[in-house]
Amino acid sequence: MSWEEILQRPSSSWLDGRGPEQEVVISSRVRLARNLAQHLFPNRAGERELETIMNEVGTAVDGFPDRNHYYFLPLTKLGPIDRQLLVERHLTSPDHIKEPRQRGIIIRDDEGVSIMVNEEDHLRIQALFSGFQLEEAWKLAGEIDDRLERTLTYAYDETYGYLTACPTNVGTGLRASVMVHLPGLVMLNRIGKVFAHLSQLGLVTRGLYGEGTEALGNMFQISNQITLGRSEEELLAHLQAITRQVIEQERGARRELYREMGDHLVDRVFRAYGLLTHARLISSKEAINLISDLRLGLDLNLLPQLNYQVLNELLLLCQPAYIQKIAGEQQSARERDAKRAALIRDRLKKYT
Amino acid sequence: MLCEECQMRPATVHIRRTINNETTERHLCQECARETGELNIIGGSEFSLPNLFATLLDSDAFVKHLGLKPDPGTLKCPACGLTYGEFKAGGRLGCDRCYGTYREQLTPLLSRLHGQVQHAGKIPWRAGHDLRARQELRELKQALNRAVEREAFEEAAMLRDRIRALEKKLGPGGE
Repeated sequence: MSWEEILQRPSSSWLDGRGPEQEVVISSRVRLARNLAQHLFPNRAGERELETIMNEVGTAVDGFPDRNHYYFLPLTKLGPIDRQLLVERHLTSPDHIKEPRQRGIIIRDDEGVSIMVNEEDHLRIQALFSGFQLEEAWKLAGEIDDRLERTLTYAYDETYGYLTACPTNVGTGLRASVMVHLPGLVMLNRIGKVFAHLSQLGLVTRGLYGEGTEALGNMFQISNQITLGRSEEELLAHLQAITRQVIEQERGARRELYREMGDHLVDRVFRAYGLLTHARLISSKEAINLISDLRLGLDLNLLPQLNYQVLNELLLLCQPAYIQKIAGEQQSARERDAKRAALIRDRLKKYT
Repeated sequence: MLCEECQMRPATVHIRRTINNETTERHLCQECARETGELNIIGGSEFSLPNLFATLLDSDAFVKHLGLKPDPGTLKCPACGLTYGEFKAGGRLGCDRCYGTYREQLTPLLSRLHGQVQHAGKIPWRAGHDLRARQELRELKQALNRAVEREAFEEAAMLRDRIRALEKKLGPGGE
């Protein structure tokens, strides 16, 4: 399979909808920030130094025993749409693709592993799993880290741990996050309270695509803020325990909603289904919000013909760059809305 | 007053923000405040951690509170040339050596950000066995203190023996 096919397929391993607690937790992610010793960080490095880092990382990846499952993509090789696709597929960050020169990304063919090269740090190692699987994600990211270290020498300090461009990442360089779907807490207007509580517990809440992005479709990312002074296991255990509480609260909220205003909820789910199966023009935002309602309907056993994988795939399919890739870049916004509506209808038709 | 976003509903949410001495005010209705994310102080686009501590480092009161030297003046990282002013403005360090250059300024900042300043996580294999042994030693000493506090003397004696053995292995200078 070519990398282009990978970026265009409607699915990826972490969207398979099979992970634990899938009703609330869409995916789990661990990201490790690493820098190479004796090289300036990307924000200060010149082009030649950045190139050296690309080469050194390339050599390290060449030593992977399963090298044939990895693709090293210099961002200059990708057009703007493909680069945006990487962000939509959660393989990299919006910041990383701003300046493609001497920047690259390494992806494993199932998209469970990605390594950003010359993002804010020389390396950002990411492992992504479906559902609530933080420990598995940490284990995998740690393994990739160990493998890279066979050839690379990391910037490390006995006191400060792994050194990073931003002091907020120093120490473990670990950012663990869960992507959660919280329609119940949003509908009951409790989400603000929950986030305030999470912030007191040292966790950060963000929108779908990380820092500074909008929370669409009641989906949020919760991650650790602190990276220094605790072990990776402690940081993970903390996020895990709190996420469990959030899951319980969301489940409670859904039960409460169903009990108090079940007819309204059922109506909302089927309206969403009606719109998605019949609309001829649909914006990305509207589609994502409706998919959120279907997701809730799935949990309430209202849509037995659907499954989480389809809905996860629909989410991917709704994104702007994906549509542009499929429909062609020259299309107007309205033509894209038409294409999106058609893709969704077609996808859902298989499950009637 | 009407909501400045939709011009339809009365403005019930009033937000005043001061960032780098620049104050902005917004007057919105509930709906628009929620839509524009103004109510979501955590996920708001202007609020990010690097921005926050760049602001913190700029505040004289905060610098004083931390007991920081207001500005290390002419200090410049010998490896990458980053000045303290540049760090304050951008919130990013330029290279691994910066952590040595600005140790004095960074320690209180890191303590504020993370609550602690001593790494307790993974150690790269290349950093050698000594580092790992020293970290183990630190952990054992902490465990010893806790054991003594709990008056678990049997456990404490066991920990003490392990600490002695490890110290012997590390030799002089091994902390």
